[in-house]
Amino acid sequence: MSEASTPPTIGRSSPEITAAALATAPGFRSRHLPVIVLAVVLAALPTVLPNAYYYDVAIRILANAVLAIALNLLIGYCGQISLGHAGFFGLGAYGSAILTTHRDWTAPMALLASAAIVGVVAWVVARVILRLKGHYLAMATLGLGIIVTIVLTNEASLTGGPDGMSVGDMKLFGLRLTGEKVWYPVFAILLVFAVVLAANLVESPAGRALRALHGSEVAARVVGIDTASFKTRVFVLSAVVAAVMGSLTAHYLGFITPQVASFHKSVELVTMVVVGGMASIWGSVFGAALLSLLPDLLARFEGFETVIFGVILVATMIFLPRGMVPSLARLVRREGR
Amino acid sequence: MSQFLQLLFSGLTVGATYALSALGFSMIYNASGVINFAQGEFIMLGGMVAAVLTASGLPLPLAVLAAIVVVALVGLIVEKLAIEPARDADITSIIIITIGVSMIVRGVVEVTMGKGSRALPHFSGETPIALGGATLLPQSLWVMAVTAVVVAGLAVFFGRTRLGKGILATAHNRLAAQLVGVDVKKVLLTSFGLAAALGAVGGVLIAPIATTSYDAGLMLGLKGFVAATFGGLGSGVGAIAGGVLLGLIETMTAGYVSSSYKDAVPFVLVLVILVVRPRGLFGLGPSERV
Amino acid sequence: MLRVENLTKSFGGVTAVSGVGFEVAKGTIHAVIGPNGAGKTTLFNLITGIYTPSSGSIRFEGVEIGGRAPERLAALGMSRTFQNLQISMNLTAIDNVMTGAHLGLNSSLLAGMFGIPDLGGRERAARVRAAELMEFVGCGAYVGAEAGSMPYGALKRLEIARALMAKPRILFLDEPAAGLNHTETHEIEELIAALGKSGVTVVLVEHDMKLVMNVSDRIVVLDYGKKLAEGTPAEIRVNPDVVAAYLGAESEGV
Repeated sequence: MSEASTPPTIGRSSPEITAAALATAPGFRSRHLPVIVLAVVLAALPTVLPNAYYYDVAIRILANAVLAIALNLLIGYCGQISLGHAGFFGLGAYGSAILTTHRDWTAPMALLASAAIVGVVAWVVARVILRLKGHYLAMATLGLGIIVTIVLTNEASLTGGPDGMSVGDMKLFGLRLTGEKVWYPVFAILLVFAVVLAANLVESPAGRALRALHGSEVAARVVGIDTASFKTRVFVLSAVVAAVMGSLTAHYLGFITPQVASFHKSVELVTMVVVGGMASIWGSVFGAALLSLLPDLLARFEGFETVIFGVILVATMIFLPRGMVPSLARLVRREGR
Repeated sequence: MSQFLQLLFSGLTVGATYALSALGFSMIYNASGVINFAQGEFIMLGGMVAAVLTASGLPLPLAVLAAIVVVALVGLIVEKLAIEPARDADITSIIIITIGVSMIVRGVVEVTMGKGSRALPHFSGETPIALGGATLLPQSLWVMAVTAVVVAGLAVFFGRTRLGKGILATAHNRLAAQLVGVDVKKVLLTSFGLAAALGAVGGVLIAPIATTSYDAGLMLGLKGFVAATFGGLGSGVGAIAGGVLLGLIETMTAGYVSSSYKDAVPFVLVLVILVVRPRGLFGLGPSERV
Repeated sequence: MLRVENLTKSFGGVTAVSGVGFEVAKGTIHAVIGPNGAGKTTLFNLITGIYTPSSGSIRFEGVEIGGRAPERLAALGMSRTFQNLQISMNLTAIDNVMTGAHLGLNSSLLAGMFGIPDLGGRERAARVRAAELMEFVGCGAYVGAEAGSMPYGALKRLEIARALMAKPRILFLDEPAAGLNHTETHEIEELIAALGKSGVTVVLVEHDMKLVMNVSDRIVVLDYGKKLAEGTPAEIRVNPDVVAAYLGAESEGV
């Protein structure tokens, strides 16, 4: 940018102002300490997990947490709803499954190719539908997810139809990834990465731009934030993360059905974000843990799981409208004063 | 030709139920700005309650009436307990609330009425009427006729009655309506009760043709949402046109193109409409002001 | 610096701005006044790219900018505030101001994820600068505050600080004193005068006549979407058309 005119000299600097300004920057305690705690907990967890079943539960939580964090960037930070994100997850899962079984691709290549395809699809879709607002956007993304499910169900020659298809093991650097105990560290490392990257992002200029456009789109535009481009890029980012997680989950499970892309799965993901807390990375981790555990916890209330699940959703939204983690954090802060 | 006529008949029948569902969406959207993802459960609940009551020996007309009343009451309760306390929440939160409500309704039905699918007796027999080489079930006539009556009734309600006008005024400008003395709370409550009753009517009408079960609400609701969006959210004419068009296109696709992709048709269609005309066929949403 | 010619905007059948033209010289303070509904904010929205003109021309430093998107105008050095506050309440106060530095920072998502924008110290410098500007506009007490907890008057200043953060060559202020009390209005007046002195070109829409008369170098008067008069404060004060328009408007009880 040219500075042809003399830059106006406004305001004065003083050590006090500088100190006050820097005090507002996110510090070590709020930014890095929780990540270290998370890493330690995840590293220590295998010592207390008694058997494969618990490893499986942990892996489901980890995978959902990564998905929820990526989706939170779109919903919580950017303010754009998606009710079809399981569609991208499903495309990633089936992309890997089809390319490795029908085309004999190696699993990492299939994963990258599926992610790239989903990225392109998401980009094209985003350019068109992110002009829509509120319920229209909800409808469009919902429709997209359902179309993916229906295609996966009907193209039986490729996908095995409603009965699903099996997926081979993934080999990475000569290591065969199979079994819960091998996959656990993979997903754990992914989650730590996801938390660090997302936390960096939301505190960066790009993250500030996202949050700003959520608050006031017009104000963001007049300071030069290309809101359409940001929404598109975040949509693509969250879709690609969903695709990668879909690929990995497919290899981990070894068997997938079109249900991985279902509306139900999309709703589950949005619920993790919203119940945990919009615009809160730790909220997404918590939401993912809670909603992944809930079906097991509720299993003893035979038959009433769905009802109780619904009651929890409604009650959280009414009594903790900002989501659990931000609402509780606020309470704690108030108590502390 | 006779195949076309046959598809036309069933398309109109399905379309009429979609229209009823879409009207329910539009009504609640108008009064509150909320998309009620539990609308499909109202439809399912209507069919299920009526089916259970007739199975237990209640005469059909009474069972139908009771079902509509029960579902309307459920609508009122939902508004009071779940929607009203969350008035100031943002769109995403309210969507989650209505999804939670739909889970509650589905879960309660599953537990109390079982997982099996149920059918309601046809209102006036199952002898098909031959018409121009095609056949038409008497129930289809019921569906179309009742939908027409309901639409006419709603037109009178919104055009002539104080409460109906109040709902329209609230939809147009909530604050202004409040200032001229419209009881916005009552409007909200009424719209939920009415929308639920509409859903129940649709549910009992279609239950004899397509059997119903606790998990049937999701697709019915989503298609109603598609129809409402297709016609333009909040527009009554749009909801009816959207519903009927959707029913016709879906049935024609199933008949002439591919029956396995029939369920994808509404969603492809609504995506195309939203891209070409983001406010739907008849919608005139407010533009954003700075 | 800014030349508006024959600018017209109609919404459906209503012409909100009709054939308006004026010129803003570099380093001056220009005011646009007129009765309610005269088209002042519409004029601002046209120049700053929120609306697309129906016809006419807007040239900024010789370049035609009519219909250009606001984010592209920002890159040319145009910045503005809003009549009805446009603050992102989900951000802290200083984050709101820092968004003003958007174009000068690395805003790539990938770079953000790996913490690259932090490395050069530009983010840090922007944070300090934001606090200095908050101090300058008079809301320095809120450097550590959430935007949502700030009073109205401070938020109006916060908008000015955000606009200044973008290093504007021309700054548009849409009713900076609206809703403020007597003392606060006076403080804003001093702030605008200080801005003028430091060399920023300012265009403002304002209802407070005392403020307008005190700070402006030139005034454009709009009435029913048309330019009624233009001149120095002294000229406008005695212009019979302006007096009639204002008296007329007041006698209608506006």
